[in-house]
Amino acid sequence: MVPTSYFLVLSAILFGLGVVAFIFKRNILTIFMSIELMLNAVNLAFITFSRALGQLQGQVFVFFVIVVAAAEAAVGLAIIILINRNRGTLNVERVDSLKD
Amino acid sequence: MTPQIAVFIVLAAVAVAGAVSLILQRHPIHSALSLIVVMVALAGLYLLQGADFVAAVQIIVYGGAIMVLFIFVIMLLNAGEEERTNSSFMARYVGVPLGIVFTGEVAYWIGRATLHLNPTAAASAVTTSTRDLSTLLFRQYMFPFELTSFLILIALLGALVLARRGDSD
Repeated sequence: MVPTSYFLVLSAILFGLGVVAFIFKRNILTIFMSIELMLNAVNLAFITFSRALGQLQGQVFVFFVIVVAAAEAAVGLAIIILINRNRGTLNVERVDSLKD
Repeated sequence: MTPQIAVFIVLAAVAVAGAVSLILQRHPIHSALSLIVVMVALAGLYLLQGADFVAAVQIIVYGGAIMVLFIFVIMLLNAGEEERTNSSFMARYVGVPLGIVFTGEVAYWIGRATLHLNPTAAASAVTTSTRDLSTLLFRQYMFPFELTSFLILIALLGALVLARRGDSD
């Protein structure tokens, strides 16, 4: 039986790596993928607690998180396509027309 | 070192390696493939904890639909490698190490706080099955389930409206 804290530490590490990727990468697609990484880390925490507490609500929540991530990916990728169409670039440092 | 802990260590190492590779790769397609590796490793970890339906859904939906969508978009937008702009001194030598240190600290404190939080005898006696999960989902959580179908419809319409050519009127 693997201790619960092992899974939670792994979830925290994956989430932190997702945050680091979100802050330091410049390609908008990679930033979006880091969001998916963070969501996956949270899913692992949900499943871990679902097993630790003997309830199934954690797995139900993971189900909904996956559904929401799918919907968000669809709309987010449509927005990315629009940004590429209007700005011609995928580099977030170039999309700065709101900056003074 | 039980076989379960060995399997956990292997899958955890694969997941962390995939996440680090996502950060270090320059081309977004390599990052996407690294993310698929992370997702498959996480599906294995869900299986290790007895969540077989969620593991299958993870591979089918996350790995087989969402990441395929990502790869399609990377292909359609002809995304190239990230340009080699000089990241600032602060970003490279202060920012990334600070991020890693923050991650390690959060992981350490979470590990310490939950050391005692193992499944009780009653909890581990509960064998979760897909039937129990579906009973819970379709009886107690029926309303959120219907709401997610609505959410998918909205996302579909949004993606349709956003991605069509604007000069079709």
